[in-house]
Amino acid sequence: MTDKIPIQMTVNGRVRAFTVAPQKTLLDVLRDELGLFGTKECCRVGECGACTVIVDGRTVDSCLMLAAEADGAEVTTVEGLADNGRLSALQEAFLDRGAAQCGFCVPGQLMSAQALLAHTPHPTRAQIEEGMAGNLCRCGGYERIIEAILDVADGTEP
Amino acid sequence: MNDFSGFAYARPSTVSEAASLLAEYGSEARLLSGGTDLIIKLHNKTLRPRIVVDLKRIPELRRGISEIDGHLSISAATVMTDIARDERIARYFPALIDAVSVVGSVQIRNRATLAGNICNASPAADSAPPLLVHGAEVLAASVNGTRRIPIAEFFVRSGVTTLRAGEFVTAIELPLPKRPIGAAHMRRSRRRGHDLASVTLCCGVDESGLTRLAYGSVGPKPVLALDESGVLADPGAPDEAKAEIFESMFAGASPSPRSMRASPEYRLAMLRVLGVRALRKAIERLEKGRAQ
Repeated sequence: MTDKIPIQMTVNGRVRAFTVAPQKTLLDVLRDELGLFGTKECCRVGECGACTVIVDGRTVDSCLMLAAEADGAEVTTVEGLADNGRLSALQEAFLDRGAAQCGFCVPGQLMSAQALLAHTPHPTRAQIEEGMAGNLCRCGGYERIIEAILDVADGTEP
Repeated sequence: MNDFSGFAYARPSTVSEAASLLAEYGSEARLLSGGTDLIIKLHNKTLRPRIVVDLKRIPELRRGISEIDGHLSISAATVMTDIARDERIARYFPALIDAVSVVGSVQIRNRATLAGNICNASPAADSAPPLLVHGAEVLAASVNGTRRIPIAEFFVRSGVTTLRAGEFVTAIELPLPKRPIGAAHMRRSRRRGHDLASVTLCCGVDESGLTRLAYGSVGPKPVLALDESGVLADPGAPDEAKAEIFESMFAGASPSPRSMRASPEYRLAMLRVLGVRALRKAIERLEKGRAQ
């Protein structure tokens, strides 16, 4: 009944093929099978956004998606943002603005911000607030996160 | 680590294949669409199915939004994000855009489907009031064929619908309005951002003066009420006359004193506030539609 399912997905540009048990979520597979620990496990009910990744161009809470559902998908995690060890403009902006305090929520925040800017390159503050509403920061660093996103949108960040 | 109990996973490629699986496994099968409700219940073991049937690879359920015979048909695997961005929905059913745009967060709207929202049958489901106001129909398939269920006959109570054993939703159809209608959906929640609704309300006003109100999160299922007197739709009618009609239309509200999100007093008070606001917005939209 719980036979493993063969799946294949492209993760951060690399094709990965493996088998998964049906109950494994995308989050489980990213962390436990692929060792991509940037994606955080936290609330597991889709409220905190710490496990946010981009699947086929859209953000999802990877705790609310079975790995089997991602068969054939293109997945980007926070590890896929830097290019050959060079941080992306968004990552630099987060650093410059001190947008990470404890840092736990930051991978999810970065993925939501990345998808927001891809879809809306010059968002208003209200659009940022709405676009980032699915990512909680218990340190309360929202202002700096918003400022970092605005920097990238304004082109202040190279 | 993940420790929810084992189940089999099936990915049918046709409606009839999915219907056969449902017929075979009965209540031991669970349907997976967006998964934003189901996967939580699998994880916390409130559900322990033998098989999870993923509907998202069925082409018929993935075709999105199409115009068929005077209806806009929203296929079952269509996610909230795609509904919120659809120009035809924006033109004919802006209240549905109001509603799907406030479901969960971006991440949730990228996965959650309209079909899943109504099948989960939460009294607080944001999509239910606009579907009731616009007289949507639910297409349900089983091994015995397909039938249509008016949305007003679909909800029973939280988690329970009039779908029969072995039936599943393949599409939701919205009849294109025969005469202009303005409608608006509003909600109250505890905080801005990502929260479940404490009260939902949709108001629709059409050219003949008929006003439809649908509201939720104030009882076991969303309620639809009509005003055929024309008083609500008449901008010149006195507020006292309108208040009296609102009172009778809100008779179906019976909020639970045990709910965590809001007290019955708050919900009933906000229902009246949202009623007035949504009526005003619906009339504005009707007039704007006429002017175009």
